[in-house]
Amino acid sequence: MIVEVGHYALILALALSIIQGVLPLIGAQLGYDSWVAVARPVAIIQFGFVSISFAALTCAYVGSDFSVLNVAMNSHSAKPLLYKVSGVWGNHEGSLLLWVLILTLFAATVAVFGGNLPPDLRARVLSVQALIGAGFLLFMLLASNPFERLVPAPLEGQGLNPLLQDPGLAFHPPFLYLGYVGFSMAFSFAVAALIEGRVDAAWARWVRPWTLAAWCFLTLGIALGSWWAYYELGWGGFWFWDPVENASLMPWLAGTALLHTALVVEKRDALKSWTILLAILTFSLSLLGTFLVRSGVLTSVHAFATDPARGVFILMFLVLVVGGSLTLFAIRAPGLKSGGLFAPVSREGALILNNLLLTTACATVLLGTLYPLFLDALTGEKVSVGPPYFHATFVPLMAPAIVAAGIGPLLAWKRGDLVGALGRLRAALAVTVAVALATLVFAAEAPVLAVSGVALGTWLVAASLGDFVERIRLFRGPFGETRRRAKHLPRAAYGVTIAHAGAGIAVLGIVVSATWESERLQVVKVGDSVPVGGYEFTFRGIQDARGANYNAVRGIFDVTRGGDPVAVMTPETRVYDTPRQTTTEAAIRPTPTADLYAVIGDPNGAGGWATRLYHKPLVHWIWFGAILMAVGGFVSLSDRRHRVGAPRRRTARVGTRAGTSQAAKA
Amino acid sequence: MTRDLRRFLLSVAAACAVSLAVPSPGAAIGVDRPLPDPILEARARAIHKQLRCLVCQNQSIDDSNAGLARDLRVLVRERITLGDSDGEVLDFIAGRYGDWVLLKPPLDVRTLVLWLGPAALLLMGAGLAVTVLRRPRADPELASGPLTTEERARLETLLEHGENTS
Repeated sequence: MIVEVGHYALILALALSIIQGVLPLIGAQLGYDSWVAVARPVAIIQFGFVSISFAALTCAYVGSDFSVLNVAMNSHSAKPLLYKVSGVWGNHEGSLLLWVLILTLFAATVAVFGGNLPPDLRARVLSVQALIGAGFLLFMLLASNPFERLVPAPLEGQGLNPLLQDPGLAFHPPFLYLGYVGFSMAFSFAVAALIEGRVDAAWARWVRPWTLAAWCFLTLGIALGSWWAYYELGWGGFWFWDPVENASLMPWLAGTALLHTALVVEKRDALKSWTILLAILTFSLSLLGTFLVRSGVLTSVHAFATDPARGVFILMFLVLVVGGSLTLFAIRAPGLKSGGLFAPVSREGALILNNLLLTTACATVLLGTLYPLFLDALTGEKVSVGPPYFHATFVPLMAPAIVAAGIGPLLAWKRGDLVGALGRLRAALAVTVAVALATLVFAAEAPVLAVSGVALGTWLVAASLGDFVERIRLFRGPFGETRRRAKHLPRAAYGVTIAHAGAGIAVLGIVVSATWESERLQVVKVGDSVPVGGYEFTFRGIQDARGANYNAVRGIFDVTRGGDPVAVMTPETRVYDTPRQTTTEAAIRPTPTADLYAVIGDPNGAGGWATRLYHKPLVHWIWFGAILMAVGGFVSLSDRRHRVGAPRRRTARVGTRAGTSQAAKA
Repeated sequence: MTRDLRRFLLSVAAACAVSLAVPSPGAAIGVDRPLPDPILEARARAIHKQLRCLVCQNQSIDDSNAGLARDLRVLVRERITLGDSDGEVLDFIAGRYGDWVLLKPPLDVRTLVLWLGPAALLLMGAGLAVTVLRRPRADPELASGPLTTEERARLETLLEHGENTS
């Protein structure tokens, strides 16, 4: 019964999404106020229905209702509750439902909190958002219905892939989707603005919080995914340039570019058509990512749907959305007049450089990901594009972006003073040179590339902090003055400092862990000691353990340093009951400067066990840096200027600067 | 259960088993016997990272537990012991398994777009940006000079409220 309610709610949501996608759009065009007014309540009710639907499916999972095909295929009664719930989105149909839930949540948020938006713009935004939702709802009801019944119901379910039964991965999809789908808001605003034919500072002010929030969630989602790969796959790697990883990296790169360029539209009324295009591309890449991952074009852990009919549907939807919005862009963009003028060396110029490098990097990832598919389709030739290709192309593009990220925030709008900015970064430069020299002198085997990487990361951290210290005049004047300045510095400025420093910390983590990792692969017997990175790992033996739905073999290692005990590490190999599958659970012990990482493998039949032991210096900085980036984004989001909302269009139309000072006053 | 449905379920289950069991396909985590010479072993490991595991999804043979990956690792070590250079080892394996095995695709006619694409895009983008940036040079407003009335008004607002809007 509950399942049928969920199914019915989904059908009602589709009907509502069509109403919401059509009426307000026509109403705004023809000036029917009552049609425009439909958008808000319908958006909220639609979210209500999708929530009911989602709750119904969650109910079926929690109650292990195996008469539902989706539950029978992906759940098991012995699964812990957390994974029963996360099982809802651990499959193709359920993940689509989560996608639509978030999509309608964002629409409802605009409907509830978008009081300061002009009614026509709001109506159009909600319509575009609803049309995207209609496509997904139709797809679900026609080809991927999560509520399909199974008669007769089996006694037990097939179980969830054990690799997905993990706290990191339970929350990875929701964060990722909050990011992907969050960019749909930027898209809807962009398309609405194109229909209106007007893009101004006020528009950018409304779009930026959505983009920023989506970007923060996507950053967290990607970080969670890579953290999971790090501890669950048992190889100690955190990024494999796998197509599905690339699928999430592309919208992130484009979204990062969008975040920065929207700033130029907001402050300087320039780069409008480029920003609109970027908003369209970012969401298109999110859709492409969904298509690549869900269609079965790329088979991997993430590819749930292997039915080609589904792939064709998603592809057609993709063509419709991307093609439609780009056509609209081609028609309308020439009419968008850019206002602000600026010199090449200026904040605008730096942000253009940022965009140039980020979008080229994004295009490179796209090229590398799709090239084998296209080459195969066109010529039948098969090539692989793996990590070596991306290292050779992506890294050289990001390096200058990192250098520029340190300087850009110090340049003034319109016309910047590069020499002056570098002068203010003297201390940061000195720190960078000192750290690079210290690395050369003290680190064993320091390849030039690694030293440059360390210098890059250090530079971004030092420059970000240096700029902040300079702004609040720390140690330069009386403390009261510093405190006053720190208090008056907008939150957005704090956000930039935190996020940029976080990026630098992540770079340091990546470079240092990749270069100075120690690795020992060997067969050990009880009592054997293995030295790894200054630590001694002594194998104490094996224990059998029983978890909620798996049997585990647990290896026990005593870790010491110079004779002093540091930790007892217990990596596991798990064999899950259903489906019967083996996973490795690495034991990870973070120390202030490194992660100790141990994996237990198979017995060799003669009393020995295969083991992998690693010492990974600064590897946890990668995720710490990513979290800082997201925190920086959230801090910036909490800026009063975002919270207070956008300036009214009336004042904004007079001129950007007037609009900005209005907001400052508000 | 009807036969059709059962067949459908079975095929879906099989598809899931195949597509889901990727990163550690139930295979053993073993440890290879390394080459006695650490320099040769390091070379072998570097080559392993350049070769695709043919039965896995997007894993190098260095990262894979699959049996075929292990065989390839052993093969690489053999070739190195026989005195092959790194390039010769890669050529040997690519000769046997095709270019698909190379994670770094060789530069030739097929991969021209792949390898030159990023640089071409960067240059095109830079060209576009320069064209856009050239325009304002003619603008008198940027030839500095005193503040415009508008700017002065904004400055006053800012000073009055002690706000920093940058």
